[in-house]
Amino acid sequence: MLNLSLKQLSQNLNDKTFSSLELTEFFLSRIKKYNKQLNAFITIDESSSLSMAKMADDKISKGEHKPLTGIPIAQKDIFCAEGWRTTCGSKMLENFIAPYNATVIQNFNDIDAVNLGKTNMDEFAMGSSNETSYFGSVKNPWNLDCVPGGSSGGSASAVAARLAPAATGTDTGGSIRQPASLCGFTGLKPTYGLVSRYGMIAFASSLDQAGPMAPSAEDCAMLLNSMASHDHKDSTSIDHKKEDYTTNLNHPIQGLKIGIPKEFFGDGLNASVQKIIEEALDKYKKLGAELVDISLPNSDLAIPVYYVIAPAEASSNLSRYDGVRYGYRTKEYDDLMDMYFKTRQEGFGEEVKRRILIGTYVLSAGYYDAYYLKAQKIRRLISNDFKQAFKKCDVIMGPSAPSVAFGSGEKKEDPLAMYLQDIYTISTNLAGLPAMSIPAGLSNNLPVGLQLIGNYFEEGRLLNIAHQFQLSSDWHLKIPEGIS
Amino acid sequence: MTISQDDIKKIAYLARIKISQDESILLEKKLTGIMNLIDEMQKIDTDSIEPMSHALDVNQPLRKDEVSESDIRKKTMPLAPEAEDYLFMVPQVIE
Repeated sequence: MLNLSLKQLSQNLNDKTFSSLELTEFFLSRIKKYNKQLNAFITIDESSSLSMAKMADDKISKGEHKPLTGIPIAQKDIFCAEGWRTTCGSKMLENFIAPYNATVIQNFNDIDAVNLGKTNMDEFAMGSSNETSYFGSVKNPWNLDCVPGGSSGGSASAVAARLAPAATGTDTGGSIRQPASLCGFTGLKPTYGLVSRYGMIAFASSLDQAGPMAPSAEDCAMLLNSMASHDHKDSTSIDHKKEDYTTNLNHPIQGLKIGIPKEFFGDGLNASVQKIIEEALDKYKKLGAELVDISLPNSDLAIPVYYVIAPAEASSNLSRYDGVRYGYRTKEYDDLMDMYFKTRQEGFGEEVKRRILIGTYVLSAGYYDAYYLKAQKIRRLISNDFKQAFKKCDVIMGPSAPSVAFGSGEKKEDPLAMYLQDIYTISTNLAGLPAMSIPAGLSNNLPVGLQLIGNYFEEGRLLNIAHQFQLSSDWHLKIPEGIS
Repeated sequence: MTISQDDIKKIAYLARIKISQDESILLEKKLTGIMNLIDEMQKIDTDSIEPMSHALDVNQPLRKDEVSESDIRKKTMPLAPEAEDYLFMVPQVIE
């Protein structure tokens, strides 16, 4: 069960080689064995998972089997799942039991996939190392002294260690792709609006997007089939025609034009990461693709722009945590104001408070034009760069992250060094484009991810391009030693 | 751009977050560092550029103003830190 793809798991369930109950028990036992070391899960609810598995087995025995029916999936703790504790990695929501399902969760429930548990994450998805979680940092299964990346670090650690056959994540500035890169598996951030944000706890609403995290592109295609849906409960959800993302995986990629942005190969990129990325690009050439030089001239402004827009939206979104309707409330207070102030002081962690303060500052009277409006204008320039680039190529490739996984604590006290982790991923969130990270090799026994950026709604094509690479490489199947 | 102790006091008030003296001193350096990073934006002229507020320039759809889920109080009120008779309890605001 450990090394089977989602497609193989699904076939085995349908053939009754094993049941969903057996499969779910298998992964729950792995979680029991390894979670102490990895801290990948915040909440496990065995009885809920097992009763979902029994329901799935019931459906399968009646012949009502769908591709993900009975498959256990780890859910990032940012998605509300009815009856499940949903913390978003924060003390503020430590005891919050979600009263309804996020659309992503509902979509999985509708086909009787099994919720395997809620995974650890940076607090309110703010971080690139999973060290800002109120529930403790997560470890990288490739090296327990290293971070798994973030913010979807728990999902990443769980998939890499095969504590789950697949997981969900969210990506506001790289939070699916950077951990997928650092933990050595496949992660996809879809086009903004393809997956509903309803019930997904908000960080920066114009950038947040949920997506699949799993060993292979084929797995991600199956997951995206369930995750993507038009949703009236999310006003930014896009009414895009339903696609089957598994259909075109086997298309040949002869003649594919791959754009190589020179800005992604400059200072700051680790030399051994660069070498592995270049080897991966050579492999694509052997598969019949052509490399084209392109430029994304405003790339260096992506981080400054992001650290205006994301904190601005976060400061607004997180104003809802006031200790009145749900979540944490301070124990002692003199009056209403005092209650607000202390609740938010005690309920939020350091990084979250920093970002709320930055967001408040850039939106405050007198500064709005200089910061927020300016950032929105440069956001347009960054988006236009991609439009120009896609006139010359079909897909853009480069590194997902500037380095392999770094040591725990190494960047924790230096927010600026941490922010640079997302230097290659942030611009696609600003533009709203789909992008993936796929395993491309190992450097010092730590994974390196290749990033693929596509044009709007070209998830199917990206998955096809990734799948073709994975048919002739086995980096995505590597499991860290000491885990199997 | 330097963030001063006065700036921190002002924005912490706007954000309704209590900040201790020690925290405020640490924040001064970190917030100034972040603002210097952000100030990189000022090097480029954006006078004629239309701001982009959304990842995809699409219209916001409207739906019919109809009740979809009625009376969810039984589900949501137990989540409140303090509630009575389906009312949220807060410290007295009006004398």
